[in-house]
Amino acid sequence: MSATAMPYTSTEMMTIAAARALRNEDVCFVGIGAPSAACNLARLTHAPNITLIYESGTIATRPTVLPLSIGDGELCDTALTTVSVPEMFRYWLQGGRISVGFLGGAQIDRFANLNTTVVGPYDAPKVRLPGGGGAPEIASNCQEIFIIMAQSKRAFVDRLDFITSMGHGRTGRERRALGIKTKGPTRLITDMAIYTPDPETCEMSVVSIHPGITRQQIADSLGWPVHFAKEVNETPLPSAEELEVLRDIQERTRQAHQGH
Amino acid sequence: MAEFMSLRDAVAHCVHDGDRVAMEGFTHLIPHAAGHEVIRQQRRHLTLVRMTPDIIYDQLIGMGCADKLVFSWGGNPGVGSLHRFRDAVENKWPQPLEIEEHSHAAMANAYEAGAANLPFAMMRGYLGADLQLVNPNIRSVTCPFTGEVLAAMPAIRPDVAIIHALRADREGNVLLEGITGVQKEAVLASRRAIVTVEEVVDDFGPTYRNTVILPSWTITAVCVVPGGAHPSYAQGYYSRDNSFYIAWDAISRDRDSFLAWMTRHVLEQGPEAFAVHACSAKTLSAQS
Repeated sequence: MSATAMPYTSTEMMTIAAARALRNEDVCFVGIGAPSAACNLARLTHAPNITLIYESGTIATRPTVLPLSIGDGELCDTALTTVSVPEMFRYWLQGGRISVGFLGGAQIDRFANLNTTVVGPYDAPKVRLPGGGGAPEIASNCQEIFIIMAQSKRAFVDRLDFITSMGHGRTGRERRALGIKTKGPTRLITDMAIYTPDPETCEMSVVSIHPGITRQQIADSLGWPVHFAKEVNETPLPSAEELEVLRDIQERTRQAHQGH
Repeated sequence: MAEFMSLRDAVAHCVHDGDRVAMEGFTHLIPHAAGHEVIRQQRRHLTLVRMTPDIIYDQLIGMGCADKLVFSWGGNPGVGSLHRFRDAVENKWPQPLEIEEHSHAAMANAYEAGAANLPFAMMRGYLGADLQLVNPNIRSVTCPFTGEVLAAMPAIRPDVAIIHALRADREGNVLLEGITGVQKEAVLASRRAIVTVEEVVDDFGPTYRNTVILPSWTITAVCVVPGGAHPSYAQGYYSRDNSFYIAWDAISRDRDSFLAWMTRHVLEQGPEAFAVHACSAKTLSAQS
């Protein structure tokens, strides 16, 4: 991966850092939006044989443009096979066939619990968000979870009004208490840094800072006191290839979604 | 046996005020034309069931057809909020909307339980999730063999299922291919079923042996409505109109612009208005 002096945006850095986390042998359950961009970037660069699965039932799909929705025809046209939605959730997700679930969310806390349900009380919400969809079971049934989200105080909050899908729980100890054998969120990739859970507390801790970002900037955009791991690296710059492939698929996507 | 009828007659015959109605289609084959007909016939007090209540349920909710929504993900995929759904939940406009919220896995399992004539569904789910604290229909069951505690929810048994399929043959058997979602389960779980189709063919011709075909005798009414899934899509016929999904955000954000759009494009139209979206259907039959 050759470093580049090409200018890039913080969102591009986030997507590229997220893509690098995926391995060629992964079977990945892909959330829509930012996760989908990262997963397809991985497939088009260092992980050509990665198996991408979307909850609409498409298995080993290889879209040439990024889907707007979770079930665009492009996903079915380029898939190895397409199964029904009950089969997808029962046999493939609950069946334990998925190595990585890649999620985004509206809000996250320090233990990587996600809220996509409500801001405010459930019965009288200030903001009604879309809800959980597949996420509650993706969070517990995949062997591990990667999360991609841009940092802001509105999104990275001290206390979630609602846990839509559990990361490491309200105190960081809930997964073990509930007898869950999967690892939960092992990586959080933002537009500023990469976090992994602290081995003792499960609090998400900064292990890598993107080039040009300061510790203070990270602290200022979190709703909780930031925790840095003992050893913190600098995230490698985006390579020319990563930027070109990402921009290429996003441009194709933009043209396709403009439609008629 | 299914009867071929107009969409107008099918909705008049099958969908009644107060019914539990499931319109299914997971991104693909969403029965938009049928939803519009329900709005035109001013059905009221419906319980609407759907995993992903996107634009079609936003329209039904905004037009005051629903008292209750049973769902698992209520957004405009890849675009943002469903503004009419949000307005109903946050501000009770045009009327209060009761919600019963599940996860996708739970809804899929509950449809399957309905089709299988079981009273409830179970799965390994909702672990550590708050939904089980606010939805009394999420309970648990203990495995009699291992002692594992699993999540349980009632089977979904709609009064009527409404789906859009690719085509029917002359006997009223219907065929779906591509992303088939939970449509088979929804139809088999329901008392009555309306299926709109792109076209009727003399013979399905050579099909893959595992193509989803619902026999005529599982369906109440088949209605030929070319383009009837738009702005959703029909694999091999027309693709998803992503630009409309993006446009819906601005149309639906404001109550007045929503009502103006619904008047012009739904109340003052009929099912035939969807035909313009069915451009390539004939080409496809010629090929197959």
